[in-house]
Amino acid sequence: MIATSTPRSNETERYYNYAYLDEQTKRMIRRAILKALAIPGYQVPFGSREMPVPYGWGTGGIQLTAAIIGPDDVYKCIDQGADDTTNAVSIRQFFAKVADVATTEDTAEATIIQTRHRIPEQTLKAGQVLVFQVPQPEPLRGLEARETETRAMHAYEEYGLQYVSLYENVSAYGRIAATAGYPVMIEERYLMSPSPIPKFDNPKMDDNEAILLFGAGREKRIYAVPPHTQVRSLDFEDYPFEVQTWEESCALCGADDAYLDEVVLDDAGAKMFVCSDSHHCGQRRAEGHVGPMAGHQLAQGEPEAAQ
Amino acid sequence: MSLGIDLTQIESGFSDPVFGSQSVFRAVMDAVARPGSIADLGFAPEPPVGLGRAAGAVALTLFDFETPVWLDPSVDQARAQAWLRFHCGCPITADPQQAAFAVVCAPESAPALGEFNIGDAKYPDRSTTLIIEVVALTGGEPKTLKGPGIKGETQVSPAGLPADFWHQFAENGAQFQFGVDVLLVAGDRLMALPRSTRVHIEGV
Repeated sequence: MIATSTPRSNETERYYNYAYLDEQTKRMIRRAILKALAIPGYQVPFGSREMPVPYGWGTGGIQLTAAIIGPDDVYKCIDQGADDTTNAVSIRQFFAKVADVATTEDTAEATIIQTRHRIPEQTLKAGQVLVFQVPQPEPLRGLEARETETRAMHAYEEYGLQYVSLYENVSAYGRIAATAGYPVMIEERYLMSPSPIPKFDNPKMDDNEAILLFGAGREKRIYAVPPHTQVRSLDFEDYPFEVQTWEESCALCGADDAYLDEVVLDDAGAKMFVCSDSHHCGQRRAEGHVGPMAGHQLAQGEPEAAQ
Repeated sequence: MSLGIDLTQIESGFSDPVFGSQSVFRAVMDAVARPGSIADLGFAPEPPVGLGRAAGAVALTLFDFETPVWLDPSVDQARAQAWLRFHCGCPITADPQQAAFAVVCAPESAPALGEFNIGDAKYPDRSTTLIIEVVALTGGEPKTLKGPGIKGETQVSPAGLPADFWHQFAENGAQFQFGVDVLLVAGDRLMALPRSTRVHIEGV
């Protein structure tokens, strides 16, 4: 619904438009989003703007969020799965300030989740939008430096080079070595970079309920995966796609099906494995799940109160 | 110098353009992401005679000086053009190939889908988006849709489309990545049929 009379707390102090971007820029980005959804996996060029953070800090994701966000949204921002890292906290505060939205760390409560390099462990649902920050949108860039060539390769579905690259991996290492940014095929037509999410997260994109939007600010590209779209991770019949597994479980919550980060604890080499998704881990601990190092001081940090 | 535009004759746009266009866009984005689903844009302002409320809302939200618009000859050209130029500042074109958007109010007499811009092999996003005014989004002949954004398959039954529309739409989809994208509008309501959507036609 239109919120024509929504009180805006910082109205008198605002010297910029709602959600920071001017309306013409939002229209341009919105048109790009609609074309991206109509051609799943295809990279739509857009007029990326200067943002108040450097390239590489999520300018593409911020512009996507700014173009779609409204005062009724609930916004969550994660960096490598965590809500409490510098980049995530800064971007969340940015939108709380410029877009007057409620923010949350709760995956289920959020309507827009902006993410750097993870997909939350909790299954996303209809009505949610996941906005990815993308450093390099072109999956073929490491194999072919020229944009004119990679664009032609996508246009004519010339993806042989990508398979040769995977084959070289197999011959050199005995397996496909890519662990993050693992290339995917969308509806058997467009080769797409899922952004540097661990390949552990790739299967979550297939037949997903939420809208997935990808924004690359420096590279000036937007692409998208609508809900219920086929997303296939590339592989060979004799070298099928597999995700990472761990012998350990999360030291704090005991999860054995989540993506784990290795944390070095001291100079003597002591270490622990903990969930990369901080909200997922916190929620499990609140439910009473206990890991082998439960109560460790790393678990003491209080989640930031919702604003 | 007079431009021949009497501002007192131009219908209003969004009472709050920022939040109005944001609300409309989110509804349209959800519709495009879930082809066949129906969005209600009843909160948008009343556009000039000949344009439906949903069509007007999409125009106010997405048209600007970067988007040449093909306007159906059946619409009251003077009033609709004045309204679009005043609120959106968009150029009006008579050439379907030049159109970023096309507003179709008389589908029977409008050019076929294939006569609009279907995009470039390297830049398929440069194709026309058609906004087609129909009688209703339900009550017509049922069709089964599949494709990205649709869980399994879905049934739609828009009423008031030309007899060969679904054949044109199937041809449009068969040439993916080329193709136009369609927004069906009926009064306050909107349904998206992007080029990625596949329609099942009996006997084909």
